[in-house]
Amino acid sequence: MKNFAQLIKTLDSTNKTNLKVKALSEYFKIANDKDKVWTIAILSHRRPPRPVNTTLLREWASQLSNIPLWLFEESYHIVGDLAETIALIIPSKKSSTEKTLTQFLEEMIALKKKTDEEKQAYLFENWECLDYYERFVFTKLITGGFRIGVSQKLMTRALSKATQIDEDILAYKLMGNWDPNSITFKELVLEENESDYLSKPYPFYLAYAIEKEVEDLGEVSDWSAEHKWDGIRSQVILRNDELFVWSRGEELVTDKYPEFEAFIRTIPNGTVIDGEILPYLNDQIGTFNDLQTRIGRKKVSKALLEKVPVILKAYDLLEWEGKDLRNRPFIERRQLLEKLYSAVSSSGVEKPLHLSKTMHFTSWKEVAQERDLAREMHSEGLMLKRRDSPYLVGRKKGDWWKWKVDPLTIDAVLTYAMRGHGRRSNLFTDYTFALWDEKKNGEKELVTFAKAYSGLTDAEFRKVDTWIKKNTLERFGPVRSVTPYHVFEIAFEGIAFSKRHKSGIATRFPRILRWRQDKNIHEANSLNDLRKQIPGEPQK
Amino acid sequence: MRKPLLEFTDKGIYCSAAMVYLDPWKPVDRAIITHGHADHSRYGHRQYITHHNNMPIISHRLGEINVLGKNWGETFLINNVKFSLHPAGHIIGSSQIRVEYKGEVWVFTGDYKTENDGFTTPYEVVKCDTFITECTFGLPAFKWIPQKEVFQDINQWWAENQAEGKTSILFGYSLGKAQRLLKYLNPEIGKIYTHGAIENMTNVLRPMVEFPETNLITRETKKEELLGNLVLAPPSAHGSTWIRKMVPYVTASASGWMTFRGARRRRAIDKGFVLSDHCDWQGLLDSIKATGAEKVICTHGYSEIFSRYLREQGYDARTEETQYEGELNELNATKEESVAMN
Repeated sequence: MKNFAQLIKTLDSTNKTNLKVKALSEYFKIANDKDKVWTIAILSHRRPPRPVNTTLLREWASQLSNIPLWLFEESYHIVGDLAETIALIIPSKKSSTEKTLTQFLEEMIALKKKTDEEKQAYLFENWECLDYYERFVFTKLITGGFRIGVSQKLMTRALSKATQIDEDILAYKLMGNWDPNSITFKELVLEENESDYLSKPYPFYLAYAIEKEVEDLGEVSDWSAEHKWDGIRSQVILRNDELFVWSRGEELVTDKYPEFEAFIRTIPNGTVIDGEILPYLNDQIGTFNDLQTRIGRKKVSKALLEKVPVILKAYDLLEWEGKDLRNRPFIERRQLLEKLYSAVSSSGVEKPLHLSKTMHFTSWKEVAQERDLAREMHSEGLMLKRRDSPYLVGRKKGDWWKWKVDPLTIDAVLTYAMRGHGRRSNLFTDYTFALWDEKKNGEKELVTFAKAYSGLTDAEFRKVDTWIKKNTLERFGPVRSVTPYHVFEIAFEGIAFSKRHKSGIATRFPRILRWRQDKNIHEANSLNDLRKQIPGEPQK
Repeated sequence: MRKPLLEFTDKGIYCSAAMVYLDPWKPVDRAIITHGHADHSRYGHRQYITHHNNMPIISHRLGEINVLGKNWGETFLINNVKFSLHPAGHIIGSSQIRVEYKGEVWVFTGDYKTENDGFTTPYEVVKCDTFITECTFGLPAFKWIPQKEVFQDINQWWAENQAEGKTSILFGYSLGKAQRLLKYLNPEIGKIYTHGAIENMTNVLRPMVEFPETNLITRETKKEELLGNLVLAPPSAHGSTWIRKMVPYVTASASGWMTFRGARRRRAIDKGFVLSDHCDWQGLLDSIKATGAEKVICTHGYSEIFSRYLREQGYDARTEETQYEGELNELNATKEESVAMN
């Protein structure tokens, strides 16, 4: 544990990627094999299930530090991170522990089944014998969500540096389902093992948003365009008469989408399709809001399956007849995909497989015209792919670009604020925005429509934070209502009616575009203005 | 009902019996000043009364002012109200103000710390009925480490950067923190360079305290000569072109706020040292208890939370709004503020 805590401390005390890679690769050289596996697991978001819920953690931490629970809660809101709060508040003792990271994690796995009394005793014993950083790491492992500014990509690079194994190959090895509790470092990283690859997806190729003018991409004839669909990017794998569906977050979601079971034995073994899971209602693509009802459910009811059926919109073919196609040119992969698609669709049975149409244009102007149709087609914009491009690993520039439609925008009033987390802890950076609505008696009132916590610069956040602290109306735990005074331009990607929102409207990816210091609150937009932006809806 | 001895007005803390303000934030006729930080000693008062050691500081900051110096514990009467200044241990020349009238005693702390830093006159407990206390760090999350350990870490950090051929840039408020850092940096490691604001303030204090030698950075200073050495700079210099010219460098900040990982990461500083000239949670609780006060008024800091806790502990505690900022400048200083500060 000492090694690992020291590693986290080092990672924490630099902002420079190179130094982080160096610290991690040095750790990978000295740590024991079991600790290495766990470190890889933790940094790729494979932590053991949370053994103790956070309510109990808070109660016990306040008990051990001999302060009232409300004071612990207040401190937590200000510190912005539960593990950090616990590490700060609990008094340190002089004793120490030699237990390894693996020992701690094994204990945590065993802890889940124990009684509350046993859990409490375990935490009290360990909290007190760890120093500040160890206690922080220990508690972070219990609460999960180990976000410390180390991406999976950075970790893979460090591991590659330490083992001399190619980074892309490592990325592939580390994907999919493996259990850090039983796998060895040799099996996970060093060995080649065919049977392991049965369920494994390929690392997703991700595109950056286009930065310059689209014309700068060169000849339009070198590029293939298609709509960028707004669902869940996924890989559908058929191997050995088994189906595996992976989401981009490397989550195995096969059980959530039983529709795709129809692919077994219809699509030949040794096939991997890259595509987008989309809701498909009344013969047309639904909104992300429709899909939301499916995402959270592990077991889907029959009623829901009928209400919100899904399809796979296929983009690309990564494996065919058991062979990795990723180095072949995009158009060649597409040809095979189209062949597969027509075979499936001519098999007579209706299959939830759709093809994402590729389009070829003769001028960039035509491409732009197509992009303007995006919102109508329920897409987010266009994807531009170089016709001869291979399928790369991770987010890379050059061959693929996303060209989204410009976001919708509206001017809204800041009404509530909450302190942020992580690097924004202790600053009010999470805001709630409202729009004007007319009550029955003709009086105007502000109605909450969205929350947003990104889009301002650090300097702007500091200014708004100072203002909020001086203009608080009421406090509700961590939330403060503020005098309606500031207007912000809010951008969002999609919009749909929603019963779950007080305003009756759901917006997708709301974020702050600009601080409209030139506007007063009466110049902010109304809920009706927002309603008018819903595509295809009658204007009320 | 009789008027309270000290009231909170829109100009500052006011003693109506003596017609005197304590650390007022708007211009007044007569002000008793706890210490030289900008939020406590402002421009425009007709008369300043403060400790002798603070006189050169506020004269340096405010220019030509009418100022009267006092010694520790020296009592002076204004309209039969008895005043005296007592060490607050915050920075050089920082005082608590004791006010006594008709048998009732109030103490206003200004800013204070309980740890003896070895060169500032250490904090002294003053018995009183009502204690007006700051609570900048009034949360149980704040626990200071003895400064000896912090300076070991700082000097070790400097030596490590030097071994890698890098310049160490250490941020600290130009009055107080910078001198405390300077006092305990190990000059055997290398040379200590300073930003102009820190150099000037340090020169003001040199007649009172012995500090290691410093080298002012000027236009002629070459970045090569800085390599392996240490630069002391005010927080507002972070991210400026002045700093960017010094590559390769490593940055660190010394402040109570460095307790929070988020505060350091937000400012994109490589290393944070927890070092404050204010009290930590336990320091506040211990000093309140030692004063014997029944009534406690909490000013700047986490005052709502802190006073609620005090009420639960049996004190008659409340909060009052002031315009003091505590150590906020160290956290959120911007370029505009630094111009005003220096």
